[in-house]
Amino acid sequence: MSLTLIALTLIAFGIAAYAAGRARAMASAGGDSRALHSLPRYYGTYAAMMALVPAALLLALWLAMQPMVLGNAASRLIVAPDEQGLILSDVRRVADGLDVAVAEGAISENGAQALAADGTIRDLLAQVGAPLASDVTPEVLNAAQAYRRMDAYGMRLMGIAVLAVALAGLALAWSRTDKDLRARNSVEAGMRALLIIAASIATLTTLGIIASLALSTVEFFRIYPAADFFFGTTWSPSFGGGSELGVLPLLWGTLYISLIALLVAVPIGLFAAIYLSEYASPRLRSVIKPLLEVLAGIPTIVYGLFALLTVGPLLLRLFGPGGLGWMQADTAVMTAGLVMGIMLIPFVSSLSDDIMGGVPQTLRDGSYGLGATKSETIRQVVLPAALPGIVGAVLLAASRAIGETMIVVLGAGAAARLGMNPFDAMTTVTAKIVSQLTGDADFASPEALVAFALGMTLFVITLGLNVIALWVVRRYREQYD
Amino acid sequence: MKKSLLVPDARTRRRNAAEKRFRAYGAVAIAIGLSFLVVLLTTIIINGRGAFQQTYLSVPVYLDPAKLDKTGARNPDDIAKVSTFGYAPLIQTALLAQLRSLSIATPLEGAADMKALISPSAAAEVRDAVIADTTLIGQTVTFKLLASSRVDGYLKGRVTRDGVARDKNIDAVHLDLVDALRAANVVAKRFNLAFITGSDASESRPEQAGMGVAMLGSLAMMAVVLVLSLPIGVAASIYLEEFAPKNRWTDLIEVNISNLAAVPSIVFGILGLAAFIQFAHLPQSAPLVGGLVLTLMTLPTIIISTRASLKSVPPSIRDAALGVGASKMQAVFHHVLPLAMPGILTGTIIGIAQALGETAPLLLIGMVGYVATNYPDGVSSAFLDPNSAMPAQIFEWAKRADPAYYERAWGGIIILLVVLLSVNLIAILLRRRFERRW
Repeated sequence: MSLTLIALTLIAFGIAAYAAGRARAMASAGGDSRALHSLPRYYGTYAAMMALVPAALLLALWLAMQPMVLGNAASRLIVAPDEQGLILSDVRRVADGLDVAVAEGAISENGAQALAADGTIRDLLAQVGAPLASDVTPEVLNAAQAYRRMDAYGMRLMGIAVLAVALAGLALAWSRTDKDLRARNSVEAGMRALLIIAASIATLTTLGIIASLALSTVEFFRIYPAADFFFGTTWSPSFGGGSELGVLPLLWGTLYISLIALLVAVPIGLFAAIYLSEYASPRLRSVIKPLLEVLAGIPTIVYGLFALLTVGPLLLRLFGPGGLGWMQADTAVMTAGLVMGIMLIPFVSSLSDDIMGGVPQTLRDGSYGLGATKSETIRQVVLPAALPGIVGAVLLAASRAIGETMIVVLGAGAAARLGMNPFDAMTTVTAKIVSQLTGDADFASPEALVAFALGMTLFVITLGLNVIALWVVRRYREQYD
Repeated sequence: MKKSLLVPDARTRRRNAAEKRFRAYGAVAIAIGLSFLVVLLTTIIINGRGAFQQTYLSVPVYLDPAKLDKTGARNPDDIAKVSTFGYAPLIQTALLAQLRSLSIATPLEGAADMKALISPSAAAEVRDAVIADTTLIGQTVTFKLLASSRVDGYLKGRVTRDGVARDKNIDAVHLDLVDALRAANVVAKRFNLAFITGSDASESRPEQAGMGVAMLGSLAMMAVVLVLSLPIGVAASIYLEEFAPKNRWTDLIEVNISNLAAVPSIVFGILGLAAFIQFAHLPQSAPLVGGLVLTLMTLPTIIISTRASLKSVPPSIRDAALGVGASKMQAVFHHVLPLAMPGILTGTIIGIAQALGETAPLLLIGMVGYVATNYPDGVSSAFLDPNSAMPAQIFEWAKRADPAYYERAWGGIIILLVVLLSVNLIAILLRRRFERRW
């Protein structure tokens, strides 16, 4: 019984349950809907809900469990224990391939069961678009045939079980339905449960992030000493073994690039915010603010390309061997930092502008009343009052800079280096996560696992900065509310 | 000197000057910010517009039956057996013959010398035409064939005569030939539709590479994001805004959502790799997985904007509904939600636009590299077969060694920005059309 068929049956069943529930409620009220506790459609929905929800849950559970159970059963048929995982995936591939072949009509069901373990299977599967790496051994074929039999049996069993549950649910709803049943309350409780599940997904995501990072990080520290990771000053991974994976050069590169980015973004962003919030007319502000925010809406890959192909060569012409001689290649801390600074301008300016707009007008009026000029008022009254919020904005920009990936992957270079020259190439935590996890790395090697430890470091730093920033901004807001 | 309000003293003058300076700093900061925007956009347009034009050669090719159909039976199976290697010499000979007929003098004697002018894809193009219509064999057909990347670069100013000295793919003699052919209107630049609709090409054929397949990949991902994040995001916001009691659990959820919005996108990529590919064994490089990762990333944005628009519906609406006997659920779904819908849609579209430009997580789940090579042949293939996405394709081109790919990358950015701009325009128009002030 195929999955589509089960799903279609369930849907048809739900529609039937709706009609049946509604009809029974109406009948119990003698055809007068005013005698019902709830509107008639709630009785229908109630019956459909009772029929479908347990059945759908069972279906999902069964689908998740069946491959695991079957895998266990099939692995008992395999003799060689050391390569079990590999052989098992071969078994699955052969079984799935045969299913496809039968579905496409390349071979009949009986023919598929009578296949012998020779070259024909490989040709057959290649023909239907499921190529195999090697010829099928009798053992694998045997296991695959058993797998297919169990799979078909399991699917049939699942179909029967799911439909039985749906029928039982409908029977229960049918027996309960009568004009005094509080159908709306039950339906609304069900909807509420759905809403709660949706709201919990955000939390599940966080848990997922933490779990996926933490598990691999622990595994990494089991094969590579944590002290060497946190305090090592050399980063030289080699997939052949003997890597030195010290995080310090990467952290230094990250912080250095972020610092330069903030040196660009904070003064420009802050002065822009001051002008927008204190000097500009509302009309000018409504034009300029969105224009500046376009800078934050441009995808980071665009900035990356801009750094690599425009800013880098330009800086090289000024500071390179032909100019001042400080710079060796177009990728450098300065290249990435400058471009990232441009990207961050609106983060600083928009948030600071909002925060300065929140400073009460009475404070300004008091200052003007004492004879201060506008700029004196801004410097001595508005800015100190808005300072915590501005600090929060800068921290948010910093967390953004630290987590930024594409600009540094393209613009900062690949050399992990602990140095002071901003015109040298350096690399960052994010860039190394990308380089360690792309390509055909073996995910059990320390060189690949280190990326998870780097991700954990990054997650903790940005989360910390963000929590502090939000806390600062919130405290500030309370001050004048 | 007599003091007066009408005659400013030195101190006042100093203070007024400081005032003017301060104001000027602000104006200069804004000017710098806006000029960055202008520089960025002009750089993109200047560098990228070249990708929308491509150099073509119009060559009358004699489709020699002796080479293409040795049996003479016009049997399609026999004709299909002739590989592109059989076609390349025909094209080269045809080009040489055309030179002779136009009486263009060149020191190049052999047909093989023409190879540097013609894209390696030209032979496949002619072969496809012949297989589609076998009656062409024996005729002379004029094809518009892609010129090689170097010729294209020469016409666009990327390849210069100085640079050619070190280039083993093309010589100065070829460039002389290109100049002559251009004067004869054989070589010309035309609008490059293939760049917008085509698929990625191998490292050595930048002239053939296009964004089309990667755009389909992006489209599939956005479909996944929309279908999952809109209902989940709206349901979560409704619960948090309308039903959630104030307790530790809901506090935790709220803090979580605001923090998730600031988690670096690359961390979502790691999550996707660990959860969807290593744990759930979903296919690598598939737009479905990319869409799932981007959904998780976009959810916090959508929840935050949805809550804001739910909050902006005045309480009197809810009270009126409750007053005439609606349940709380009915008040929300029949009255509050429809009124908040324009704001929710705007926020969703903006969130999706953000997801559309995201690259970093896609690198980790393998949507980069030479993957956007074939059009998906069906709906399930569009979601499950390896594909790239627009920003990942741009990244891929930026990494390749041939400078001809840089032009493609800039051109890709133009397409990406145009798509983003139109998506955002839709959001703005929606807001303009339906926004309601209470």
